[in-house]
Amino acid sequence: MAAHLKKRVYEEFTKVVQQQQEEIATKKLRLTKPSKSAALHIDLCKATSPADALQYLLQFARKPVEAESVEGVVRILLEHYYKENDPSVRLKIASLLGLLSKTAGFSPDCIMDDAINILQNEKSHQVLAQLLDTLLAIGTKLPENQAIQMRLVDVACKHLTDTSHGVRNKCLQLLGNLGSLEKSVTKDGEGLAVRDVQKIIGDYFSDQDPRVRTAAIKAMLQLHERGLKLHQTIYNQACKLLSDDYEQVRSAAVQLIWVVSQLYPESIVPIPSSNEEIRLVDDAFGKICHMVSDGSWVVRVQAAKLLGSMEQVSSHFLEQTLDKKLMSDLRRKRTAHERAKELYSSGEFSSGRKWGDDAPKEEIDTGAVNLIESGACGAFVHGLEDEMYEVRIAAVEALCMLAQSSPSFAEKCLDFLVDMFNDEIEEVRLQSIHTMRKISNNITLREDQLDTVLAVLEDSSRDIREALHELLCCTNVSTKEGIHLALVELLKNLTKYPTDRDSIWKCLKFLGSRHPTLVLPLVPELLSTHPFFDTAEPDMDDPAYIAVLVLIFNAAKTCPTMPALFSDHTFRHYAYLRDSLSHLVPALRLPGRKLVSSAVSPSIMPHEDPSHQFLQQSLERVYSLQHLDPQGTQELLELTIRDLQRLGELQSELAGVADFSATYLRCQLLLIKALQEKLWNVAAPLYLKQSDLASAAAKQIMEETYKMEFMYSGVENKQVVIIHHMRLQAKALQLIVTARTTRGLDPLFGMCEKFLQEVDFFQRCFIADLPHLQDSFVDKLLDLMPRLMTSKPVEVVKILQTMLRQSTFLHLPLPEQIHKASATIIEPAGESDNPLRFTSGLVVALDVDATLEHVQDPQNTVKVQVLYPDGQAQMIHPKPADFRNPGPGRHRLITQVYLSHTAWTEPCQVEVRLLLAYNSSSRIPKSPWIEGGEVSPQVETSIEGTIPFSKSVKVYIMPKPARR
Amino acid sequence: MPEIRVTPLGAGQDVGRSCILVSIAGKNVMLDCGMHMGFNDDRRFPDFSYITRNGRLTDFLDCVIISHFHLDHCGALPYFSEMVGYDGPIYMTHPTQAICPILLEDYRKIAVDKKGEANFFTSQMIKDCMKKVVAVHLHQTVQVDDELEIKAYYAGHVLGAAMFQIKVGSESVVYTGDYNMTPDRHLGAAWIDKCRPNLLITESTYATTIRDSKRCRERDFLKKVHEAVERGGKVLIPVFALGRAQELCILLETFWERMNLKAPIYFSTGLTEKANHYYKLFITWTNQKIRKTFVQRNMFEFKHIKAFDRAFADNPGPMVVFATPGMLHAGQSLQIFRKWAGNEKNMVIMPGYCVQGTVGHKILSGQRKLEMEGRQVLEVKMQVEYMSFSAHADAKGIMQLVGQAEPESVLLVHGEAKKMEFLKQKIEQELRVSCYMPANGETVTLPTSPSIPVGVSLGLLKREMAQGLLPDAKKPRLLHGTLIMKDSNFRLVSSEQALKELGLAEHQLRFTCRVHLHDPRKEQETALRVYSHLKSVLKDHCVQHLPDGSVTVESILIQAAAHSEDPGTKVLLVSWTYQDEELGSYLTSLLKKGLPQAPS
Repeated sequence: MAAHLKKRVYEEFTKVVQQQQEEIATKKLRLTKPSKSAALHIDLCKATSPADALQYLLQFARKPVEAESVEGVVRILLEHYYKENDPSVRLKIASLLGLLSKTAGFSPDCIMDDAINILQNEKSHQVLAQLLDTLLAIGTKLPENQAIQMRLVDVACKHLTDTSHGVRNKCLQLLGNLGSLEKSVTKDGEGLAVRDVQKIIGDYFSDQDPRVRTAAIKAMLQLHERGLKLHQTIYNQACKLLSDDYEQVRSAAVQLIWVVSQLYPESIVPIPSSNEEIRLVDDAFGKICHMVSDGSWVVRVQAAKLLGSMEQVSSHFLEQTLDKKLMSDLRRKRTAHERAKELYSSGEFSSGRKWGDDAPKEEIDTGAVNLIESGACGAFVHGLEDEMYEVRIAAVEALCMLAQSSPSFAEKCLDFLVDMFNDEIEEVRLQSIHTMRKISNNITLREDQLDTVLAVLEDSSRDIREALHELLCCTNVSTKEGIHLALVELLKNLTKYPTDRDSIWKCLKFLGSRHPTLVLPLVPELLSTHPFFDTAEPDMDDPAYIAVLVLIFNAAKTCPTMPALFSDHTFRHYAYLRDSLSHLVPALRLPGRKLVSSAVSPSIMPHEDPSHQFLQQSLERVYSLQHLDPQGTQELLELTIRDLQRLGELQSELAGVADFSATYLRCQLLLIKALQEKLWNVAAPLYLKQSDLASAAAKQIMEETYKMEFMYSGVENKQVVIIHHMRLQAKALQLIVTARTTRGLDPLFGMCEKFLQEVDFFQRCFIADLPHLQDSFVDKLLDLMPRLMTSKPVEVVKILQTMLRQSTFLHLPLPEQIHKASATIIEPAGESDNPLRFTSGLVVALDVDATLEHVQDPQNTVKVQVLYPDGQAQMIHPKPADFRNPGPGRHRLITQVYLSHTAWTEPCQVEVRLLLAYNSSSRIPKSPWIEGGEVSPQVETSIEGTIPFSKSVKVYIMPKPARR
Repeated sequence: MPEIRVTPLGAGQDVGRSCILVSIAGKNVMLDCGMHMGFNDDRRFPDFSYITRNGRLTDFLDCVIISHFHLDHCGALPYFSEMVGYDGPIYMTHPTQAICPILLEDYRKIAVDKKGEANFFTSQMIKDCMKKVVAVHLHQTVQVDDELEIKAYYAGHVLGAAMFQIKVGSESVVYTGDYNMTPDRHLGAAWIDKCRPNLLITESTYATTIRDSKRCRERDFLKKVHEAVERGGKVLIPVFALGRAQELCILLETFWERMNLKAPIYFSTGLTEKANHYYKLFITWTNQKIRKTFVQRNMFEFKHIKAFDRAFADNPGPMVVFATPGMLHAGQSLQIFRKWAGNEKNMVIMPGYCVQGTVGHKILSGQRKLEMEGRQVLEVKMQVEYMSFSAHADAKGIMQLVGQAEPESVLLVHGEAKKMEFLKQKIEQELRVSCYMPANGETVTLPTSPSIPVGVSLGLLKREMAQGLLPDAKKPRLLHGTLIMKDSNFRLVSSEQALKELGLAEHQLRFTCRVHLHDPRKEQETALRVYSHLKSVLKDHCVQHLPDGSVTVESILIQAAAHSEDPGTKVLLVSWTYQDEELGSYLTSLLKKGLPQAPS
């Protein structure tokens, strides 16, 4: 309801803004303000029944109220409140009071007294709860005012004894949010007894209503969040709540225990029923571990998640979580993991083929077996086997976090993670693969583990396979058999799924460079060389052969003895691959081929400084020219743009900056060119035909500015100002051109109006940056604003024209990090001759797979465009779930596009490309009424325009005759 | 004294023939009605004559509850209801109701058609018996009659397996049937809320076992099958038709799907197809994954698993075949085994326990040459693997469930006596809950203390509340009132109202007590001393010294008089009404201690 209300409120508010723009000079708005409360008053007086009054209030709530008139409205509402008998109306009024007190710019301390007053006489529990909520809103609005906070806490304490759970809930919430942080402050409060908020809240841990208990724990957590240090005594109370009957209580209690354990990790607590004592964090860890086998899955998820962040736990406890003593008929049994490890260490690979190799061994002393250990025993074993995948994922995540902080634990949890690779839910499998990658620095895979890991390479899910490739990139393998096994499995994968080619090559590159010494003994076998005979030269285009070569060459980089084992054709193939796949094949120092290596090495060496210097210098050169003759300026600009573009091509790390500045310079160049046109001097009538250039320039500048604003990641506010400024200039140019080409004043009138609105908008958005724009177009424009407002369109155009010509060239400060968004469509591949068949009139699904780089928020901005042969274009919004995020700055779009067309007879090509949708109004600072609330969905989804940012791919499509 | 009585007719310190009689608050319930696999004579069914010597079972039993469709839990049902005679309601879950008759019919066929038994129940009897069944939903509370209600909880184990809570008033018993605390590929884990029953009757098949994680077993199984298939070998998996078979099917099906494998998987037909149909229908009883994905695709609609035909066994190339029966003692699985045993590329995987004497047991114990009928010797060259897939809770799981339900006491059934002993000891030690393990025919009696609801008049409650401090949920409070028992309902009212209702006049009851004080002073002085002493001790009571020389504390009167014989002793007369009993007795004890020495 609240969300709905806020949305409504926002809609109305935007209207108000527009009105303001239309009649800027008038003071009409001021007149309407007092009438708001008056109208409400009249309405409420008119109301004959409570239902009527409620209706009026509901209507009123849809409109926003300005900060100045809030107080008046509040008075009216309060007045009505006293008279009202119906609790539902009072409830609404109470909620309105809360909403109003949140209004920005309104200080609600004046209504607090009234609110507390009406609270004392209120009988209805619901209204009471709502009023307390209002007080909470007021209290949070005035965080500095200690006296008010004290009073509110007092009120809350008074109502804590209420019989309704709702009221108690709100009171506790109030205490949690406003309870005083420091005791010293409370002492000087006028004679009030010093209230120990924690004690008061703690007393309600044993309330009879589970909702109140939950609220009490939440309030305590809130106190902690606000920086109040919780007492350690709470720990015992919270532990009791772990066996509560209600899941929400248990869930909150788990959180509280976690918080306390982080506050007092080192204090000592006794173990009940024994004389021993342990650290609090260990005790808490044990308790939370116990909750992993709770009856409610919500609690289990919560517990599993929190386990991950308890890093101070002693390793002895930590390792227990993976321990589950097996037994069979009271005899000790080894786990499959232990058996596998033993087999491996005894040198015999492959697990037992005999029945009874898991036969139980020694007898167990019945007294020593503990079936429900109080400690952490087997928590993760249970969590990873849980019925709900949410719990399993949480457990895997926790495992990951703990393993990252403890290498020994990482080693131990490996077996369990490997087991998770066979989970039935893909998400869990994926998560565990990612986890393994994150901890791969701490671990070395045993052969049997590697075997299980590699078995997943056959998975039909592409995500899983690619995640696994990434994992293999940073895995440590212990033996040369392991490397061989990995290579064989990867090649198997390659034959089964040829689309994985790139990812497999990349994987082998890292595998090779990480394990040069392990690859070395494998080289003759891999290259199938023979000491005496020449073997047949392998096919150079075979992806599998390339894969093997990538592995070997990367290993050879740090292993100088390896090239000696190469045969002649291997060297030739090296030279070829070094050229064609330079990102996968490193430069090698080959014997007798010094030339090759020396020619290659300098370009590898990064020379960042000189190129960066060059960039700076060329830009400075441009900015320094202010009053060069037009011809010279143009030439210099053209030259610099060319330089920058070339630089971007050469230095990939500077591409973003170079492109960005080149684009800006091009805009400037276009502007200058347009202004240099002779046509400005020509009389208007003659001018009609020649105007294309100027208007085209204006249009292009606009496009380029949109590109600058939305296609680059890392653009900061100071760049945005310049970009907007440039766009404003383009708009001015457009206005002038149209003014010259069109006759009649009517269209011009509207355009002028619009332009001035734009200027106003610019001013409001970038008011903070205006001082930096000294002497610029806008600066001058704003000076003349009052004149422009009143003058006629023709004059406006004239003024603009002169100003545009006088304006100076603004310096574009370079951002720190800037990257151009780019996209490559991997699939459909384009040059396929096999047409996609479909029945015309029905739908055909086209798989699209693309990688996106440096795109911010791709879920909302990236769209797929399909161009049909008849020129019809269709834009498709991919689902948010279609985007994966394999690494920072990278995204991957895997989606299906549905094509459909009715009239279609011949095989034709359909074009597919990716678009970047933008919406410049999203930069508007958000209005206070929707602040903190959710943004209205309309703003989010509306698309102002799109920029194509990938090469288009043609797909051959052939219709089948429809069968009858 | 109210009590709960439990008598196992079967499954007491034994596996098989589950049948437990429970008497709770005058209601008699029979839990499960199974047969014993090990016997072929009268012992295979429970001894129903124990229930009533003479008289009809229907009169004695209020209802029968069947936990799941395994024959050791429902095998004797047609015999019990049709041949012995029982017409009352039989409760079971929907899947059990659907699958149970298939298995009963199969059982009947083997017993009558193959073994040629006479005097066995007929197909018609199975049908008639099933007509008496009332199906229940999970967590649905079913009123059997006005007082007796039952509720089913999810138990895992097999499709439709349930735990039942039997409740009469505030007394309740939970019977678990067979259950599984770790989820598997097609079923979820057992779950129960904190229902705090008086008694929890739990199975204890794996009382002395703590099992390894399921994943290792699954992975091993898949790896073995995968390797054999990649080698081009044939894999035989002997299974029983229902339960584990479906789990293994799902496991292989998803694996085939994931790994894009092409080798065919066959399932020998028979009752499996019918049963698979029910698995498709009762999606809500399966695990999270199947429940969530069935909209796209029902996991039991196997893509890779096809019906088996005898001729397929000779097809070249790799394949996987599930065949019945599970112990390789007869039927299709044995036929296929004989065909494939000679090739070392092939493999047989035994997914469960094999009884001694069966071919399955022989090959598992390493025998490589088997004597078949007709003096043939079969040389087994194929690989023999053993994988244990079992869906019972292990010792930890049982403890976990007991912890979840928080019962007052636990009773173990469906397990071996020796193993039960261990678990019993553990439960008593670690959970501090009394535990029983009766043998068949042995009765366990549990005294209960049912709570009796009493109505309290609002006036009384408010008056009491006004007197004391705030009500504290966790602490008992003393309340004065009169209990009226009328027409089997109880009310607590204030004494005035009780008098009024019963038309009685109020009697004054006064206690008097003499306290001897050694005090040589005069009576008045003694009274004064008493007064000042009491005044100093009882600060929050109203202590007065009346002009006639007596002292009052609230309504308690204290008078001092000289002893008639010994002038050095004074007699204090303390008198109080019945209502002030507490204060009065306190005062006398105070005075008996004597007065403090006067400061003078």
